[in-house]
Amino acid sequence: MLKSRLLKDRIARHYMLTATVVAIFFLFLIGVGLFVNSLPIMQEKGLWTLLTTSNWRPFKGEFGFASYILSTLYVTGIAIVIALPLSLLTSIYIIEYASPKILRAFSSVVDLLAGIPPVIYGVWGTLTIVPFISESLAPHFVEFSTGYSVLAAGVVLAIMIIPLIISILMEVFLAVPKEMREASMSLGATKWQTVKKVVIRKSIPGIVAATVLAISRAFGETLAVLMVCGNFTDLPKSIFDACYPLPALIANNYGEMMSVPQYESALMFAAFLLFFIIVLFNVISRVVLIQIDKRYQL
Amino acid sequence: MNTKKIEEKIFKGLMIGSSVLIFGVLLYILYIIIKKGLPSLSWEMISQIPSGGFYLGKEGGILNAIMGSLYLIFFSVVISLMVSVPVVMYLNFTLRKKSRFSAFARLTFDVLFGIPSIVYGAFGFTVMIFFGLQASLLGGIIAVSLLIIPVMIRSIDEVAILIPVELIEATKSLGATNYETIKVILRQLLPGISTAVLLSVGRGIGDGATVLFTAGYTDSIPTSLAQPTATLPLAIFFQLSSPIEEVQNRAYSAALILTVIILLLSFSARYFSRRFSKNKI
Repeated sequence: MLKSRLLKDRIARHYMLTATVVAIFFLFLIGVGLFVNSLPIMQEKGLWTLLTTSNWRPFKGEFGFASYILSTLYVTGIAIVIALPLSLLTSIYIIEYASPKILRAFSSVVDLLAGIPPVIYGVWGTLTIVPFISESLAPHFVEFSTGYSVLAAGVVLAIMIIPLIISILMEVFLAVPKEMREASMSLGATKWQTVKKVVIRKSIPGIVAATVLAISRAFGETLAVLMVCGNFTDLPKSIFDACYPLPALIANNYGEMMSVPQYESALMFAAFLLFFIIVLFNVISRVVLIQIDKRYQL
Repeated sequence: MNTKKIEEKIFKGLMIGSSVLIFGVLLYILYIIIKKGLPSLSWEMISQIPSGGFYLGKEGGILNAIMGSLYLIFFSVVISLMVSVPVVMYLNFTLRKKSRFSAFARLTFDVLFGIPSIVYGAFGFTVMIFFGLQASLLGGIIAVSLLIIPVMIRSIDEVAILIPVELIEATKSLGATNYETIKVILRQLLPGISTAVLLSVGRGIGDGATVLFTAGYTDSIPTSLAQPTATLPLAIFFQLSSPIEEVQNRAYSAALILTVIILLLSFSARYFSRRFSKNKI
């Protein structure tokens, strides 16, 4: 009787340990897998050439990622510029000003926005943002735009990363001790002065971490962007031009072009690039967020 | 004195404005999806597979995608549960509270959570090539499991942390082994695990980039693990680009169905987590 209990305990312990180690190991497995597969193209062309040239002719053996990388950066830049101020204002409002009822209601809104699948954002973007840009907005600035553009992708992405930023910022603001706010108010500061000079100042590392996390989310977003960005391999000259970010490149070509081994390796390189940047950004921002948590936990 | 007040007023106005805007965008998205999807939604749409090809055929519905997504998510959730529950139990109730290993493990899962689905899809595809697998239900299940394991671990971990030490100590003081203690705790965690399952179903069922290469696409309902399968997100993605209106309508109704599924999942997740917080010791 006793023995079988101990045996069960031991088996359970081993199973749990194995599951944990395997799950952790996946991160390294993915990294190594992508790296090994992108090694051929890196050895052949050299990292610098791949990153800085923009000629993309797979069948002639030319693989330059510059325009894809720039597209990714443009789209992400626009998304952050739109999303960050909106998320900051909104999360300050719900944490500092709003009643508990509004706080609860708004966390449902954030949850729902976060839960809507990328492809739905894509459908919505093609039905609303794209025609709006091509019919109403772009004619004021450029001669012609299909609407499938850097701007459309940026707007859709912004909406997709807003719930992520808000949910992190809410936690960051909540972590600022109440006593600090009270100290500031008791010296005669108004609510807004307290928010501006105490809460926001104390939260700067958290705000930076949230932004970095949002950037890494925006880098990797695929289907929604793919549906509204236009998928055109050329450097976009304005925000009304089509673009072609890295994830879209992988999604459009992977699995079809397996006959050209170099091509496969080049696409794996794109995936590795995304993986590398995103892991780096995630580690940095998570470590900052953990520190914030620790500092105020006492 | 006055500028102080004016500044506060301006910023408060901006804050309310941006909150309302974000709420408005959510409503606008739902409105557009319902407006486009509802007219073409019919019994035929959800009970038939497309005939004459998903891209060109005008007849039939999206049963292939609905069934495909259900099969895919069911098996992925089972696999993910088998990994994530033991991981969370190990981190919280077997290791010491402040162990370095568990801190490292949590950081790793946070990072895995942040990895985009396209990378999981691409990685899954290389694994499949390595083992000589074609795009299939099995491939899709592997990739989706990889995608939702971190979601599930993080979500269960959030509630597992809240389990009071006293409960563990009480169980152990009665002479229970670690495994028996965990069985007791698991009962406490059930609502939390249900929430985690609902969240991961939502994430897994809506993600198209993971299944793009791994599960493929087909007009029929898969009858074995080795066959490719259609999924709702890809049914939307592929059929939307078709020039034929009837096919596009299939995409819109698939979008509506997917959105309704997500909304239902989200509401029931809230319900479960609220029930849990009421029963918290």
